[in-house]
Amino acid sequence: MEIVFQRPKALSDVSSHYCPGCTHGIIHRLVAEVLDELDLTGKTVGVAPVGCAVLAYNYFECDMAQAAHGRAPAVATGLKRANPANIVFTYQGDGDLAAIGTAETIHAAARGENITIIFVNNAIYGMTGGQMAPTTIPGQITQTSPYGRDPKYAGFPLKVCETLSTIDGTAYAERVSVDSVKNVINAKKAIKKAFEYQIAGKGFTIVEVLSTCSTNWGLEPVEALTWLRENLIPYYPLGVYKDKEVF
Amino acid sequence: MAEKVLMKGNEAIAEAAIMAGCRHFFGYPITPQTEVAAYMAKRMPKMGGTYLQAESEIAAINMVYGASSAGVRAMTSSSSPGISLKSEGLSYMAGSDLPAVLVNIQRGGPGLGGIRPSQSDYFQATRSSGHGDFHMIVLAPNNVQEMFDLTVEAFELADQYRMTAMILGDGMLGQVMEPVDISRGEAASNVTKDWALTGTKGQRKRNVINSLYLEAEELEMLNLKRFEKYADVEKIARTDNYLTEDAEVIIVAYGICARIARNAINEARKKGIKAGLIRPVTLWPFPKNQLKTAAEKAKAFVVVEMSMGQMIQDVELSIRCSRPVHLCSRTGGMVPTPEAVLEAIENAAQAERS
Ligand SMILES: Cc1ncc(C[n+]2csc(CCOP(=O)(O)OP(=O)(O)O)c2C)c(N)n1
Ligand code: SF4
Repeated sequence: MEIVFQRPKALSDVSSHYCPGCTHGIIHRLVAEVLDELDLTGKTVGVAPVGCAVLAYNYFECDMAQAAHGRAPAVATGLKRANPANIVFTYQGDGDLAAIGTAETIHAAARGENITIIFVNNAIYGMTGGQMAPTTIPGQITQTSPYGRDPKYAGFPLKVCETLSTIDGTAYAERVSVDSVKNVINAKKAIKKAFEYQIAGKGFTIVEVLSTCSTNWGLEPVEALTWLRENLIPYYPLGVYKDKEVF
Repeated sequence: MAEKVLMKGNEAIAEAAIMAGCRHFFGYPITPQTEVAAYMAKRMPKMGGTYLQAESEIAAINMVYGASSAGVRAMTSSSSPGISLKSEGLSYMAGSDLPAVLVNIQRGGPGLGGIRPSQSDYFQATRSSGHGDFHMIVLAPNNVQEMFDLTVEAFELADQYRMTAMILGDGMLGQVMEPVDISRGEAASNVTKDWALTGTKGQRKRNVINSLYLEAEELEMLNLKRFEKYADVEKIARTDNYLTEDAEVIIVAYGICARIARNAINEARKKGIKAGLIRPVTLWPFPKNQLKTAAEKAKAFVVVEMSMGQMIQDVELSIRCSRPVHLCSRTGGMVPTPEAVLEAIENAAQAERS
């Protein structure tokens, strides 16, 4: 019988710890498929964040480092500078990348560091139990914005792709989503392009993936996808924010 | 053949690192260590290496974490406030058993403090350079030649034990110029790093550099194993002694204070006081046994340090308070004078007689 669907080789044969319905799993799969398709696994080093994806080092079949909260882009910088022939990617959540690791992210971009960041934006801190993130949208209820995020009080959300697109060292920044089949396919295209840009030595690449956290949003998995579509996408429009080759 | 070059202490550190095979330096400017970075910025590109000015000390130490994970010799350098920022990375490096060399050319503190020489980061270096159960190797040079030699040694020890090794200097040592024999730097050995993240190339199982252990039992076991290793590191503990054979009053001092103490000891000897110096070269591991042995003969100890009294605790612990231990200290960037040290020696000798 012909095999039409199987686990990507770049993904380990273990069950993940992600909650049922969490889209971290889909995003892992997309990264792994791209590593397979570009035949990169043997020369890739990944950097796991602090957050729900902290255990990513158990899931990707390539060399992996686990970084301190927010510091993944600096760790990736060291890895890449030590061995420029390696393909280096980080996999980070919004708390990791856009709060504690803002400086590391912006400056890795400013240096045009030839790495790829997979930025999972679920608008909340997942692992610590659902606190407000820098990306939590106005009105969104979290454990630490129990009355809904009020920008007058808690400030405005950070728009990461928009911000990084203003930086000269950024080669490619695209925001995608994994709420629908169409968007998942598109997300994979973006991830593949980011790795291809790194292979070509074009500079800093980031793919922001709008993701769900059904557990901490307090929604059923399908409702979470709908909430993402109806609330996150309008606030964080999908699309290419920077492409050195085009504009 | 001996090749002597006139160099600043900070430059000697940088040159030694290059000679030891370090090609990856990540830093952030802070007085009084900036010459280390400047030297690296000039030399590294010509050696095919990396000098990278990070956006912060936090980023710099994490770049070291990354480079060290890739298996290369990596280094960062800073001064007191910058070292505080590096403590997170140091803890992660310890938890991941990563080797690297770190330089602290200390200035006065706490806070922004000042830029004058100090030894007030002793506790931070030897007790707690970050959260968790771990140690770093801490080496304390007292002249420019040693800043060179100990830096080369620091890379060797770091690789051998998979630990971070710190050169703990001070602003005065960093700035002083002395002739250095740089021919001693060549003998860099190379430990195999089969744990490094270089890409599996489809040839081996993946390597993981990690410090997360959610099972308490597993983490305890790892910490215990690491402390077994530390027990082995104890054997590198060493001192440099001066006139200790017959000494009744023993000065314990490291770094620039040890040089001042030597002058005071010479003066004391002229006055008929049998004084001698024990200079710990390794601050962690602390040369406990050497001090314990000295306590069998000596009547009193005087600890000279540029802090409110930090190393004195290690001296008291080592000799189990079996002899009186006096403190002669300055703080905030002040350097003790030979006269003040002489007075402390005289007072200690006097107290013993009465
Ligand atoms: C220095 C530090 N501060 C705080 C934490 C606690 N912490 C663990 S995960 C996390 C939030 C992660 O959220 P995010 O990056 O959005 O990822 P997610 O869990 O949502 O995937 C925090 C604050 C930590 N581990 N280290
Ligand atoms: S807590 Fe949220 S982000 Fe984390 S695994 Fe569960 S659903 Fe996913």
